[in-house]
Amino acid sequence: MTAARSTAAQDEYLGEHHVYEPHRAGLPPLVPYYREVWRRRGFAFELARTTMHAANTDTVFGQLWLVINPLLLSGVYYLLTDILGGGTHPKNFFATLTSGLFLYYYITGCMSAGATSVTQGGRLILNTSFPKMLLTMSTSYTAFRRYLPTLLVYGVIHVIVIKTITWHALWMIPVLLIATLMGQGLANLFSTLQVYFRDTASFLPYVIRIWLYVSPVLWVIPGRHDHSTKLQTAVIHYGWVNPLFGPLAVQGQALVAGEAPNIRFVLYGLVWAVGLFVVGSLVFMSRERDFAVRL
Amino acid sequence: MISLSASETVASPAATPTARVPAIQVQDVHLTYRTSLQKNPTLKSAIVRLGRRERVIREVRALQGVSFDVPHGKVMGVIGSNGAGKSTLMRTVAGILPPTSGRIEVNGRVSTLLALGVGFNSALSGKENVTLGGLAAGLTRAEIREKYEEITAFAELEDFMDMPMRTYSSGMYSRLAFAVAVHMDPDILIIDEALSAGDAHFKKKASDKMAELVSKARTMLVVSHALGTIKELCDEAIWLHKGQLIGRGRPDDMISAYTRFLQVGEDALTLEDF
Repeated sequence: MTAARSTAAQDEYLGEHHVYEPHRAGLPPLVPYYREVWRRRGFAFELARTTMHAANTDTVFGQLWLVINPLLLSGVYYLLTDILGGGTHPKNFFATLTSGLFLYYYITGCMSAGATSVTQGGRLILNTSFPKMLLTMSTSYTAFRRYLPTLLVYGVIHVIVIKTITWHALWMIPVLLIATLMGQGLANLFSTLQVYFRDTASFLPYVIRIWLYVSPVLWVIPGRHDHSTKLQTAVIHYGWVNPLFGPLAVQGQALVAGEAPNIRFVLYGLVWAVGLFVVGSLVFMSRERDFAVRL
Repeated sequence: MISLSASETVASPAATPTARVPAIQVQDVHLTYRTSLQKNPTLKSAIVRLGRRERVIREVRALQGVSFDVPHGKVMGVIGSNGAGKSTLMRTVAGILPPTSGRIEVNGRVSTLLALGVGFNSALSGKENVTLGGLAAGLTRAEIREKYEEITAFAELEDFMDMPMRTYSSGMYSRLAFAVAVHMDPDILIIDEALSAGDAHFKKKASDKMAELVSKARTMLVVSHALGTIKELCDEAIWLHKGQLIGRGRPDDMISAYTRFLQVGEDALTLEDF
């Protein structure tokens, strides 16, 4: 009987024969779920493509906004830190600031766009049986597509400000993987929360702003041979509490400073990314059934 | 007066040993969900309510021990008052709402037309919405391309498909939704209160298309308050009341029983049709 139930449950999303049974512990059968997510990935890509197209079609600069936006953003924050810092900056500060801002906005972009992805998908959710995680994956993919041009912008800044690049820049591959996992986990978590509390997305800009200030974006983590204040030492010591600390710190050390990153920071980022992805995905899937009756 | 118990449910005609596996088998399905009484629940109001120790969460027993089956090529009508659980049953059979207990087996490709239809993103064009709806439903791009011309021609929206759907009238929305649902080559078509799509001309067209699908031995599950539609289109009907299956049988019998129960009778109003 158990075996029969198990086989039947696995049919839920597959082929022309569908069996719908209660979800165990509120979760759909995971292997068929993710297999179906993969099979219908075209939907997530197409939704991201059309959403980006619709967002910029009617503007004068069109898709150029993808480059103009990050440039303006880094200019504004450079001006802000310049005024606050009295005109003095650590070495290569503009490169640190821009790379940090771009990665920071990639992760939090996944989170803020993902938060409303389910509530905005109302008609589709009410009418079609499909893994709803495709909606948050689509917004994460949109955030990634928006992030890609900023890499190009950073590349130009890097060449002008720092001039050289080391092999340690390859650490950006695991950093991007960590950032993507983290962004997807946060998108799953906050989109679920948004279904239950419709003002979640309204709170997010404030959360994102505060998170920016406590993350090493507008300020620089001292290098190995640099002098650090007591406060900086404490912030680095408790860096593991902040999920964004790890990837931002590794990026600053490997890409901007061109030195080997602290493995402790890599581990912080990895553990947070896997944790947020697993918890976010489980929370999302366990509540997915509610979406059709709460929208 | 009909007794409100499921005991009058007629035995399934497909239960004979020689019958094929039914297209839809619903076995003792219960569906319970918790929902908020607030239209827009917010964190702020949740905190305020917590202070006042108020509860606005309600448990809804939408389906209670519903069992029936639909043989291949048959059209099953679903009737019942508002809040009877008809739409919930449709969503459960479509796999959108997994049951709390029981089992549903569906054999064949399902296409749904559940009240709201396609067009979930009004900022996108009709074409983009059709593509996205198809991809979400599991069709390939090639399959969608193949059906696209047919869909737009049927909906008579060729000149509007590149325009954002926010510019569409409600009739245009409905026509596109109906066209998408019936052109997906479904083995099983699930329709909820959507047969009144568009103007008189389109209603006739929709009616003809439905008849064509029926003649091609497609299985259908149809929810409608237009009892004439149920009578004309369906081979059988089930009657739901407050989440329970009250009866199953010939559409005429079920409609008579249902209207008698409502103490309305088969007057022109309830028999209004396309």
